[in-house]
Amino acid sequence: MASDAVTIPSSTRLPQEAEGTWLETLHGWVTTVDHKRLGLMYIGLALVFLLIGGVEATIMRIQLAVPHAHFVSPQVFNRMFTMHGTTMIFFVAMPILFGFANYLVPLMIGARDMAFPRLNAWSFWMAAFGGLLLYFSFIGGDGLYGAGSAPDVGWWAYAPLTSPAFSKGHSTDYWTIALLVSGFGSIGTAINILTTTLSMRCRGMTLGKMPLFAWLNLVMSGMVLIVISPLTAAQIMLMIDRYLGGHFFDTQAGGSATIWMHFFWIFGHPEVYVLVIPAFAFVSEIVPVFSRKAIFGYPVMVAATVGIGFISMSVWAHHMFTIGMTSYGNAFFVATTMAISVPTGIKIFNWLGTMWGGKIRYATPMVFCLGFLFQFLIAGLTGIMLAAAPWDWQLSGSYFVVAHFHYVIVGGILFALFGAFYYWYPKMTGRMLDEVLGKWHFWLFLIGFHLTFDFMHIPGILGMPRRIYTYEPGRGWEGWNMIVTIGVIFQAAAVLLFVANLVRSYFKGAPAGNDPWDAWTLEWSTSSPPPAYNFAVPPEVKSRRPLWDLKHPEDPDWKYE
Amino acid sequence: MMLKSKLRHALQIVFAVASPVPVASAVRWGPPSSSTSIFAPASTPANSIFGLSLFVLLITGVIFVIVGSLLVYAAVRFRKRASDDGREPPQVYGSNQLELAWTVIPVLIVVVLFLTTARIIHAIQDAREPSNALEVTVVGHQFWWEYRYPKYGFVTANELHVPVSEPQSPTPTFLSLLSADTDHSFWVPRLAGKTDLIPNHPNNTWIDPHKTGLYLGQCAQYCGTQHAKMLLRVYVQPRADFDRWVRLQQQQSSPVNAQMNQEAAEGRRVFEGTACINCHAVRGTVADGRFGPDLTHLMSRDTIAAGAAPNTPENLRLWIQNPEAIKPGSLMPAMNLSDQDFDRLAAYLLTLR
Ligand code: HEC
Ligand SMILES: [Cu+2]
Ligand SMILES: [Cu+2]
Repeated sequence: MASDAVTIPSSTRLPQEAEGTWLETLHGWVTTVDHKRLGLMYIGLALVFLLIGGVEATIMRIQLAVPHAHFVSPQVFNRMFTMHGTTMIFFVAMPILFGFANYLVPLMIGARDMAFPRLNAWSFWMAAFGGLLLYFSFIGGDGLYGAGSAPDVGWWAYAPLTSPAFSKGHSTDYWTIALLVSGFGSIGTAINILTTTLSMRCRGMTLGKMPLFAWLNLVMSGMVLIVISPLTAAQIMLMIDRYLGGHFFDTQAGGSATIWMHFFWIFGHPEVYVLVIPAFAFVSEIVPVFSRKAIFGYPVMVAATVGIGFISMSVWAHHMFTIGMTSYGNAFFVATTMAISVPTGIKIFNWLGTMWGGKIRYATPMVFCLGFLFQFLIAGLTGIMLAAAPWDWQLSGSYFVVAHFHYVIVGGILFALFGAFYYWYPKMTGRMLDEVLGKWHFWLFLIGFHLTFDFMHIPGILGMPRRIYTYEPGRGWEGWNMIVTIGVIFQAAAVLLFVANLVRSYFKGAPAGNDPWDAWTLEWSTSSPPPAYNFAVPPEVKSRRPLWDLKHPEDPDWKYE
Repeated sequence: MMLKSKLRHALQIVFAVASPVPVASAVRWGPPSSSTSIFAPASTPANSIFGLSLFVLLITGVIFVIVGSLLVYAAVRFRKRASDDGREPPQVYGSNQLELAWTVIPVLIVVVLFLTTARIIHAIQDAREPSNALEVTVVGHQFWWEYRYPKYGFVTANELHVPVSEPQSPTPTFLSLLSADTDHSFWVPRLAGKTDLIPNHPNNTWIDPHKTGLYLGQCAQYCGTQHAKMLLRVYVQPRADFDRWVRLQQQQSSPVNAQMNQEAAEGRRVFEGTACINCHAVRGTVADGRFGPDLTHLMSRDTIAAGAAPNTPENLRLWIQNPEAIKPGSLMPAMNLSDQDFDRLAAYLLTLR
């Protein structure tokens, strides 16, 4: 399987840096500006927060398993859903995807690092610092007198709940500053990825020959640059309201609650695509390799992604169908929201086209991608239901919505991410993840996911709103909620297995070699893990699949592209 | 039309039967029908939304079946066989015809979906208010609902009464939605979709219920600690019953109440001598607070604290002594009076019929 022979500019594995004391090692990691180390640090940071966010979710699910439960107080429950949402979006999904992009983009385009290595390190530390600030609210939220409190305003933090009148103490401040700080980091990363993909590609790699992975992360970075800015602006305005007597969102002094919604969702909706496009990027690399075929419709895939990027900036108010916009306003956002399903559908069809006529190997990365395809299809279809504004007047703010976006984020993004872990872990560590544990992980997680999120749609249809710490018996919600909670057990078990696999394989996993999956992009031409400088000699490519060309000199891609 | 009603029937049965705890068994007070299913509409807007949702379900269902089957087919048919010869499959880079097909067909579907949706938006949102419509102003407060009936000149709380709308001469109810503090959302799924109550941003919605009965719902926009127990109860009554209810609500609480016993009279003195009157109004007395629910006809309500508990003497007594016991985080403070005063207060409240 492994074809170490096929390495374009070969780089044999060098002796790892001189062994030092643990202090020196630590110092090395803390001061590093290497894109690979920073990538791993992003991923590690995100995994820690994933476990924390998972615990918060579990607390909520225990409380909601039966009606009128007393597991936690309403105050604690409200903090849990605020922290869960904020953590998962800003300190799990964003950093983990940035981590993979950081690690892989330079390798895939044959570069030795990101364009701005120091900015890269700065961005990481901003993300980490933001997460720390958010969680410091547990101690400092009440101003350090006695017990603290985390924010309880929900992850959209709608005005005027965040105004001093309704949010006393400092918990909202920690929330605001955490997002401000990590937002600066995100903007740094976006600038970095944009610059890297645009100006650091190796010789021969025109934009049209750049791996889809890099293309998609390029689009994602462009979006981050545009959409984090309004969020940052809104956070600054909120701080002005809270401390300098501003009235932007202070409804008691004539401010506007809806303007916050617009600011938040012009960030919030594109954010969904900021997260899902990197997931598309994983799938676009993994599906071809395991189907043994070139990606179907490469130019269309690029065009569809760019299209999604643009259209996604014009759909935000579908989160606000219930706030009383005019019928024309509502109709406009129905149109744009439904329109975005077209390029998204095109992507699904092209992945299908890639699999069609292939010889699909069902290793763990591929089964996770298959899960992604199914679940993303369903998530897209429930998205169309929510896009039909009148139906959204019923479904919005209900558990149906919660089920829908977890279908996107867990069923879609997280499944693709797990696939990415199994696929690139060998490159990052030099060792394979265990396949048997991997399959267990997959099936347990699949069962847990479907128990939880399939059945979560139903209480929504039966009228159960989100963000309630308890509910009345007798509305037909209770049994469903129990099933939803039971699913959590399976998911938790699967995640623990996954973590165990990560740790165990690091020491005991089978050696990976340079190219364990018989793949085609440049990262597989160098050693696993790659040396600090990635490539001994800068590579030169002629097609989108340089390693295919090398392995099949009789039938190279560049003849057809 | 036939198909639609059949589908609806099927869906209703599925959701009623499938719901693990039979809906009726768990209702502890009030009339039956505790369903809050969006698939059991009983009013015009909810009904047209239901129609739209069936249409969208049908289309998305068909898409799911087609694309899902293709995925399953590809995943199974093109798996690597044990007998594989180890050669790479033929490399195909794309197909313009296919790309065109799976762009144009979805575009057409989207156009149809959009036009259908736009029609329903227009029908619901731009509906004209008939002259005989009832108008009610709903004010969302942190964790309870205030209802003002401007034409009839009274204010009440937490339980909305409206007349049933006969198909021959519809009498829909038009609601103006305001908020006194944070965002809330008015959602009674069987009557209409939700509309938010946003401070500084007046909204409207309307309902047109065809069947009498009690319709439940709850606040659907997170509004603070007790968002969960900000429940909605809408009583759709026959016209005559509704008119009788209106006449009752219009009455003041008379200063010297004949039916008041000694204890209740004491209770009234306590009530008017403490902060109760800063937050609560009892029309016809000195109590004119507006921070909490109007108590003029408290005993005409089935529940207290926005549906959080049945309105029984024991619950009332418990509530005024320790609101946290029923609704932790509510904005009604525990008043720290003596036991005897609480007994008296409760006796007084019981006379507010
Ligand atoms: C600080 C203002 C405040 C004071 C003082 C106050 N209340 Fe309340 N009261 C409220 C609020 C707010 C509610 C609504 C609570 C909810 O449902 O979340 C309420 C609810 C009630 C209700 C239930 C009404 C209903 O229909 O749901 C009763 C009865 C009541 N109060 C009685 C009293 C009595 C008696 C006193 C004096 C001992 C008193 N309140 C003092 C604010 C106050
Ligand atoms: Cu959105
Ligand atoms: Cu509310």
